[in-house]
Amino acid sequence: MTYPLPIIAEAMLNGLLTGAVYALVALGLTLVYGVLHIINFAHGALLTSAMFAVWAIHAFLGVDPYLAILPLTPLFFALGYGLQRYVIGPASHGDDGNILLVTLGLAIIIENGLLALFRSDTRSLATDYSFQVVELGPLLLSQARLYGFAGALAVTILLWLLLARTDIGKAIRAVAKEKLGAALVGIDVRHVYAVTFGIGCATLAIAACLLMPTFYVNPRVGGAFVLVAFTIVVLGGMGSIPGALAGGLVIGVVESLCGLFLGESLGQIGIFIIFILVLLFRPTGLFGARA
Amino acid sequence: MNTRFDRRTLLKGGAVALTGIAAPSIVRGQAPATIKIGILQPVTGALAMDGEFGRTGAELAIADVNAAGGIKSLGGAKLEMVFGDARSNPEAGVQEVERMQGEGVVAIVGGFASPICLAASQAASRYDLPYLVDVGVSDQIISRGLKNTFRFAPGFGICTKSAIENLVRINEAAGKATKTVALVHEDGLFGSGLAKLMATELPKHGFEIVETIAIPTPSRDLSNVVLRLRSLNPDLVIPSTYYGETVLLARTMQQQRVRPKAVYSVLNGAASNMRFVKEFPEAADKIMDCNHWHDPRNPKNAELQKRVEAAGKIWNYNTPLNYSSVRLLADAIERAGAADRAKIIAALGSSTFAEHLMPYGPTRFENGQNMGAAPVSTQVQDGQIKVVFPEAFADAKPVFPVRG
Repeated sequence: MTYPLPIIAEAMLNGLLTGAVYALVALGLTLVYGVLHIINFAHGALLTSAMFAVWAIHAFLGVDPYLAILPLTPLFFALGYGLQRYVIGPASHGDDGNILLVTLGLAIIIENGLLALFRSDTRSLATDYSFQVVELGPLLLSQARLYGFAGALAVTILLWLLLARTDIGKAIRAVAKEKLGAALVGIDVRHVYAVTFGIGCATLAIAACLLMPTFYVNPRVGGAFVLVAFTIVVLGGMGSIPGALAGGLVIGVVESLCGLFLGESLGQIGIFIIFILVLLFRPTGLFGARA
Repeated sequence: MNTRFDRRTLLKGGAVALTGIAAPSIVRGQAPATIKIGILQPVTGALAMDGEFGRTGAELAIADVNAAGGIKSLGGAKLEMVFGDARSNPEAGVQEVERMQGEGVVAIVGGFASPICLAASQAASRYDLPYLVDVGVSDQIISRGLKNTFRFAPGFGICTKSAIENLVRINEAAGKATKTVALVHEDGLFGSGLAKLMATELPKHGFEIVETIAIPTPSRDLSNVVLRLRSLNPDLVIPSTYYGETVLLARTMQQQRVRPKAVYSVLNGAASNMRFVKEFPEAADKIMDCNHWHDPRNPKNAELQKRVEAAGKIWNYNTPLNYSSVRLLADAIERAGAADRAKIIAALGSSTFAEHLMPYGPTRFENGQNMGAAPVSTQVQDGQIKVVFPEAFADAKPVFPVRG
């Protein structure tokens, strides 16, 4: 099947825009993996609850989804901090295998809690700019998705600066590299773990705010993103921030082009082929060596 | 007539009055026993929205039958609803049928989704319990030879046939304004089957299928589908998708300025749903659908709609369909003259019920399917869903093509 060049170009751009938000979702996952060395199975459910939070404060209080970033980011940071400090950490008893199960259990509790609270209806919110476009020559680019792209890039850079330049960033990196050593020089490892988990949740809150103007939410929606996010984390290198961004963009473009050429039903096939190829030939991922 | 009370009458009367004081419920018991009918709807889970529409219709019908004096052939016996929540899955539907059987219902109405209807009617058939399907369109429902199962609404076969016939007629009336067609369908049984049928039938009527696009449910993003539509520029887009995807497709088309001459959907999850029209009036405008809808020329619908909306609920086709189905059952019980399952099944089978709210002729069941039933073609016009075809039931003229 052949398409005119502008259409292929537009599909690639669409893919880049979507990919940036994928990257943002993957960012929290990769950070938590890099520092706590656990795979957070509750990531998808937490994203879903953030999306419901955005929906709810728009529906009941009329708060614009982009403005919702201001209250929701600290709120989800606190939620993540509390979860790690008082639920996941204590329940794991120092065994990584337990953490896996605790996060899986949390995911089930959160999803069913949302189901009970909001029922399984699919909800979306309408804003004036949801379906506005920016004309770029022959291309029509969704305004909300451009904002999403810009937001995701900004968050990635901020997070990178936080890790590279601040004291807590240094502490996080120290704990990631050598937990025992970090504890010996006086770093409160439990606090750093909780902060990291909190940051992971905060990025999800931002991702939810950037997603909601164009996307919908139901209690199972997080699963669709988190599977892609796992692939991005593997592709970019477990624990690598730039890897998550690059991986997200690549995956977005691959998905978009596969959807265009193979049909939407097979759009995700490219993602999983990449997943298998990376595991076969470069198991550390694109930026894995640095993690 | 003897107007004097003798001792015996006085005693009898006194006894009855005393019992009445002691147990007020028995006073009502003096009237004929109530007749329990089962109403099965998915009011929780993925189909909750539709289940509520259906329950509203059934409740109103039961209230109206009772207000009009109940079942007269049974001495004015009142109908009593035994409600079951099918929880949007067939297993729960079967559990609720078992429970209703235990509570002694004489018939069950509802089900909504095909899988629930299939399982629930089969469970009911084990008890020779009459089952009246409200919406479930799968033709498997009535082709299994179950004596207890009836469907008042049209099935898949009738719907697709009417959809194609209506489209051909509307197009011819507009001087064959559209020729090229793109089919967008969900990749499950419903969408794929429909697309296949369209792809073989439409070319016989001078249409040309330029593309068939399958999309998964749920879809995150339909930008690429709309890009393909933009490059193909078909006259007509025919989506057969569920609610979420139809809304996403319509909104993305609006955004990407893809404006075909018409959008004509078939049994669509959104195009004849007032929620879509209310939430996204611009994206929904002028979209057509071939689906169940009430008869807008029947004044009883406007009356019922007022009552539904006064209760703060949304009106959808499920409401008059369930209302009519319960009335159809009440009519059958009336004619059966007994709360007896076999007699009710026989009475349903010979029904000619015509006082319903749907754009159908008199009821005539053939192997459980109402042969008088047919869908109508609707169009979203000025924030309302209007019937535009067939003309006998239309309350507006089709705007076709929407753009030249």
